[in-house]
Amino acid sequence: MASIWQYANPAKFMRLSDTLLPWVSLAAALCLVGGLIWGFFFTPDDFRQGSTVKIIYLHVPAALMAINIWFMMLVASLAWFIRRQHISALAAKAAAPIGAVMTVIALLTGAIWGEPMWGTWWVWDPRLTSFLILFLFYLGYIALWEAIENPETASDLTAILCLVGSVFAVLSRYAVNFWNQGLHQGASVMRAGAIAGDTEERVSNVFAAPLFMCIAGFGLLFVALILMRTSTEIRKRRAAALMARERMS
Amino acid sequence: MMPDLGKYAGTVLSAYGASIILIVGLVWLSVRAAKKSKKALDKLEQNDG
Repeated sequence: MASIWQYANPAKFMRLSDTLLPWVSLAAALCLVGGLIWGFFFTPDDFRQGSTVKIIYLHVPAALMAINIWFMMLVASLAWFIRRQHISALAAKAAAPIGAVMTVIALLTGAIWGEPMWGTWWVWDPRLTSFLILFLFYLGYIALWEAIENPETASDLTAILCLVGSVFAVLSRYAVNFWNQGLHQGASVMRAGAIAGDTEERVSNVFAAPLFMCIAGFGLLFVALILMRTSTEIRKRRAAALMARERMS
Repeated sequence: MMPDLGKYAGTVLSAYGASIILIVGLVWLSVRAAKKSKKALDKLEQNDG
């Protein structure tokens, strides 16, 4: 079996990306549009939350992506440290703006949802606060890449920042388990369809099916965007090298 | 066709509106940057021979 590291070769990665991108984009569009239409138009209101339950199809997938994209960046940063393959660092760089947008969507939809349900747009709850800090880490990570001209130094320093920020990504994920306080509810989505006899509150299957479709849509959208944006970063790096060579000659 | 969102219509529609704008904006910026970088690199490679 061919090693995954062969795709760390920029030319091979670009070929793979060109082949996969149309199919992944199509699958992302189908899942995302299908899931959102299903959730928005064809699911009932919740008996407590009314029609605001429809926000779940945006809020939960965006929040999951916000955390998992940071973990993807962590894996790419570790790969950069261990193997020094530029494509790992470029993939992490390409992922950061996607993660930042997902965090904004999660925070924004959470605030809009929170106002009628909790009576407030914002509260310094463990999960909300750790998400806000995660967003600031995303901004800091993007700013650090822009601030450093030398690509090797930028890759090293942003990878270190990514390692530090991972603490907040973990906190964002598990804050509701660490601190049994705050307004944000505990994990309930991944308990959807849990085993019979389980008395913990969980998302009803009526809402869970379109929700899982939206989660798949957001995941596929991320894969499509990361393929496209990493290819863009590779082209930019190659263009910079050619321009430097032109200047030298 | 439009579901009855009741008193929370503004809340739900603003959440969808803001999210869709952000997602479409992200995709549009990514596609634009990809096209721009491809064009710039093609031009440089042509000059390079």
